[in-house]
Amino acid sequence: MSTLLLAAQQAGELKDGLQSIGAGIVYGAAAIGPGIGIGLVVGNAIQAMARQPEMQGTIRTTMFLGIAFTEALALFGFVLFFLAKS
Amino acid sequence: MPVLGAFVFPPIDELFRWKGFLFEGTPLEVNKTVLLILISSLLILVIFIGGGRKKALRPGPVQNVVEMTYEFIDNGITKDVVGHDAGRYTPFLGSLFLFILFLNFWEVIPFLQFPPTSRMAVPGFLAIMVYILYLVVGFKNQGFKYLTGHLFPPGVPLALYILVTPIEFVQLFLVRPFSLAVRLLANMMAGHILLTALALLTAYALKNAPIIAIGPFLLNVGVTGFEILVGFLQAYIFTLLTAVYLGDALHPEH
Repeated sequence: MSTLLLAAQQAGELKDGLQSIGAGIVYGAAAIGPGIGIGLVVGNAIQAMARQPEMQGTIRTTMFLGIAFTEALALFGFVLFFLAKS
Repeated sequence: MPVLGAFVFPPIDELFRWKGFLFEGTPLEVNKTVLLILISSLLILVIFIGGGRKKALRPGPVQNVVEMTYEFIDNGITKDVVGHDAGRYTPFLGSLFLFILFLNFWEVIPFLQFPPTSRMAVPGFLAIMVYILYLVVGFKNQGFKYLTGHLFPPGVPLALYILVTPIEFVQLFLVRPFSLAVRLLANMMAGHILLTALALLTAYALKNAPIIAIGPFLLNVGVTGFEILVGFLQAYIFTLLTAVYLGDALHPEH
């Protein structure tokens, strides 16, 4: 009987631990792609600005748009992190 | 000597839920979030109506800021992104930008340090407002072609529509408002959690090992500066995306 109780208790702890690990993986994995993506967007925007400084305003606006769209994926991961933890 | 390692971070709810202190128990309950929203609305009204009323030829400092802000919205966002004939959307976009900007900046005001935009009610409401606005403007201006133009983009091979149409549908009706709200919320929430964690770490280190408190403290100062940038950038991006959606609704694909 006591071993059963112990097992049940451990199962609860196990669930908590696995939930935390899962939440960590969710955010970590969600941040990989957008990290690379934002790097590409900004890098190319800088290159474009260096090649054509007179287009700077337009390029900057478009760059922010690109960042916003790419970043959204990471932020979904951030929200899912809290959902997975609770 | 006390042992380091008993540092406990409070549950997330404690950072974002505030107790009401006025009209408790009614729908009109006022807590810190609501109070900050009211104060910022009032501040915007006072500054911008007061600064814009007197149209002096040599503007004072307040009038200067007000006119520069208007110019920034009108030229940088409305005319460039929505379209040159869309001047009547400047008041809406301007109010949106200033409201979010003022709410975000409470994050770095000493002793208040809480951005009301990190509660889902504010960005959620703003996103729903923008959602309804661009759908109404789109259907009013282009009629049913607004929907078909989005769901069946020209220049796509016929077989690919099986894949493209559902994606575009979800994009137009679900992802756009959701990502608009979540982007603002998650950015401000992450900033608030980061600042809180660093401040708690500083306080904890100060109590136990004062020498290493300098690390988190300096980091906290740096991150506060970074949060000013993030607050401005998020307000700008929210307004910019609203302008892009509006421009898309006003004019068919170029």
